[in-house]
Amino acid sequence: MIKLHGKMPKRDDGEPFVVRVVRGTPGSPLAGDREAYILGPDEVAPPGYRAYLSAGGAHLQSPGQTRVIWPIPEELSYLSDGDIVRINPKTGELWVVYRRSSPFNAMLLTERCNSNCLMCSQPPKAGDDSHLVKAYLDAIPLMAPDSAELGITGGEPTLLGGSLLQVLRACKEHLPDTALHMLSNGRLFNYLSLCREFEAIDHPDFMIGIPLYSDIPHRHDFVVQAAGAFDQTVRGIMNLARCGQRIEIRMVLHRETVDRLPQFARFVARNLPFVEHIALMGLEMMGYVKMNLEALWIDPVDYRQQLRQAVDVLRQHDLNVSIYNHQLCVLDRVLWPVARKSISDWKNEYIDKCRECAIQDSCGGFFASSSLRRSAHIAAFQSHEVCSPIAGVKKQVSNV
Amino acid sequence: MLPTLPLLNDRFLGAAAFRARVGTGYSLLPLRLIALDALRYVLTNFAGEHVVLPKAIARQFIRHELDSNSAVYDELKSKHFLLDDDSTVALDLLAVKYRTKQSLLANFTSLFMFVVTLRCDHSCPYCQVSRQSVDRHAYDMTIAAADRAIDFMFHSPSPAIKVEFQGGESLLNFELIRHIVTRVNDRNVLEGRDIRFVIATNLMCLSDEILSFCKEHDVFISTSLDGPRTLHNQNRPRPGGDSYEVAVAGIGRSREALGADRVAALMTTTEASLSQPVEIVDEYVRQGFNSIFLRPLSPYGFAVKTGLVTGYSIEQWLDFYRRSLEYIVELNYRGIPFREDYSSLILRKILTPYPTGYVDLQSPAGIGISGIVFNYDGDIYASDEARMLAESGDRRFRLGNLHTDSFEEVMSSDNLIDILSETMTECVPMCVDCGF
Repeated sequence: MIKLHGKMPKRDDGEPFVVRVVRGTPGSPLAGDREAYILGPDEVAPPGYRAYLSAGGAHLQSPGQTRVIWPIPEELSYLSDGDIVRINPKTGELWVVYRRSSPFNAMLLTERCNSNCLMCSQPPKAGDDSHLVKAYLDAIPLMAPDSAELGITGGEPTLLGGSLLQVLRACKEHLPDTALHMLSNGRLFNYLSLCREFEAIDHPDFMIGIPLYSDIPHRHDFVVQAAGAFDQTVRGIMNLARCGQRIEIRMVLHRETVDRLPQFARFVARNLPFVEHIALMGLEMMGYVKMNLEALWIDPVDYRQQLRQAVDVLRQHDLNVSIYNHQLCVLDRVLWPVARKSISDWKNEYIDKCRECAIQDSCGGFFASSSLRRSAHIAAFQSHEVCSPIAGVKKQVSNV
Repeated sequence: MLPTLPLLNDRFLGAAAFRARVGTGYSLLPLRLIALDALRYVLTNFAGEHVVLPKAIARQFIRHELDSNSAVYDELKSKHFLLDDDSTVALDLLAVKYRTKQSLLANFTSLFMFVVTLRCDHSCPYCQVSRQSVDRHAYDMTIAAADRAIDFMFHSPSPAIKVEFQGGESLLNFELIRHIVTRVNDRNVLEGRDIRFVIATNLMCLSDEILSFCKEHDVFISTSLDGPRTLHNQNRPRPGGDSYEVAVAGIGRSREALGADRVAALMTTTEASLSQPVEIVDEYVRQGFNSIFLRPLSPYGFAVKTGLVTGYSIEQWLDFYRRSLEYIVELNYRGIPFREDYSSLILRKILTPYPTGYVDLQSPAGIGISGIVFNYDGDIYASDEARMLAESGDRRFRLGNLHTDSFEEVMSSDNLIDILSETMTECVPMCVDCGF
């Protein structure tokens, strides 16, 4: 598990700021007021940067004592050239906003949400968190334009209204070649006018992932704990399609969603066949799942049949389906070609048993949080059990 | 003692709280039903959904007595056969599905068949178009008629247009085909339609010149292949008795020149075919096709005169169809991907929300508004069958003539509109209630 937050000594000398990390390339800064230079051992700080970071802790102050030198917390020592951090001098918080080398960068734009899903891995928090959007608006121009994909998540990003549109426009302006993937519950797209705004931005590579948890309205509403949500989300999906937006449907598999999985698949194929991708996702043991563990947990082996049927229905309808967050040993083998290595690198783990497995490289492994509960059927494959390399299991660049 | 059910944390509402709004009553959404057998009804709706129910359950459902806690209730709700206080989005989804099913209507006519000649060198007893002998040029379409047909065609708003050359043997009048393809392409520089040309031919007079023309203009070839050599030659006699050899050689040459995906074949089932379902399918596999369209004889033209149509019963045909299909399914199980096109059309209708471009099995029928035929003499017909019928004296489905009638006159003629309204199962008494 890679840490994204660290604590430094507090320095009560200013407002939080966002900077791009420069490491190992001394010389004149490209955008000095928006860059932080990482000092090597005994290195003299080059002039012109917004801030200085030290991995060794040797430097406490810069020459002339005009600039503070921030000691990088041990757990963030991986920081490298092109990464983007937010430093809050008043609290000493160092937040890694963006990692240059990661294919899993996501922008958590707000923690507010109008749903309250039983299994939310990122439980909503009320209150003003506009500093998040501000940080990302500062960070977007500093991100590498050759990043393959960038995520937008929450909370519910559409609650931000105009600020969300501002973020999308900034991405289109600064990162026109970076695919943008947003997670939204889709409810506010019930308003066609919002869809029209997205259409008007006309981002060249933008997709919205929207959760749908049942073909029966009150079942979906129960899972998201919001009456009327199913109707809003389904109308939202239709409105987005009318406006030419690309849509992915996301289904999280747990005790309250797996029973009607085949019927759900049929419903999607029949009513929403225009969606570009359907992701069937395993549970992440975070947030509310911890509170509702016994009510939600079901061993993936116990829903193999429903999962197989659902994938069959979707594939028969020529829909593009993927399974996320499942270990190959709990899946029906015919589903291996749609299993993806979906877990973001910073929270992706394998357990001891996996070391003996012949196909660990093809397997997505576990969430770090899976220590709470794992399938009782995790088992290593011997090489003679798997006749050929699994070509189907691809790396899915996404934000799970 | 009962095991305790795992409970949600008490900050969450239980499922029952959301379920409660389902209430006790429900409305029926538009549906039709028909007995499938002694025990079951099939319920269908205009958006193409279906549910098969035991008769007693179907009766309960129709009488508003169905238990909202039952699995069948959820199935009927999921497929939009009923509406309750849980949700109203079913109406929007039904509307979209219906619109999708009927989406091709908006494009209007997209298939234009040009009967460039009635002449033919074959003398198939099952010929449905009353062919004429090779020297009778009076049965060729004139350039003037063809030009008017092209004007007529571009009046259709359809963004995609298929131009199909029919006969007789269409290649006996290749010069006219060349004229039409060239003229259509010239005009299309401005029109910008997606145009596809298909020549229906027995491949007898295929030449390098024709093939290179087809290659240059991306023209598709559609031919006849009735089955193995003996059957094909028997079904499709020509001087020399070698129509099979001609067809197979032509298919090979065409594929080589144009690419395998540019060549298709159709079969016609005669009485002699009935005993050879496996052999016919095998012939298609052997010739490298990945599908077959099993077609019965149509009751038109020579097929009627020669008594061939009455040569076998519907039951015999269905038996042949079943045996062929069983064999095709078996082939697929063996790992040979092979399709029966008619079944594919039907299954697409039953299992998907999408329409088919097939002019039959539509409401309204595809006559005129999906496909239209320009006969060699300039007469305009609502379908291929319509001109076949006219050759035997019944001109009921003749819509006009290229030389005297405009697109607007033809398309708004009582002749066409009357037929169309009679084929709209949504409003025709009896049909409106039919489950199929």
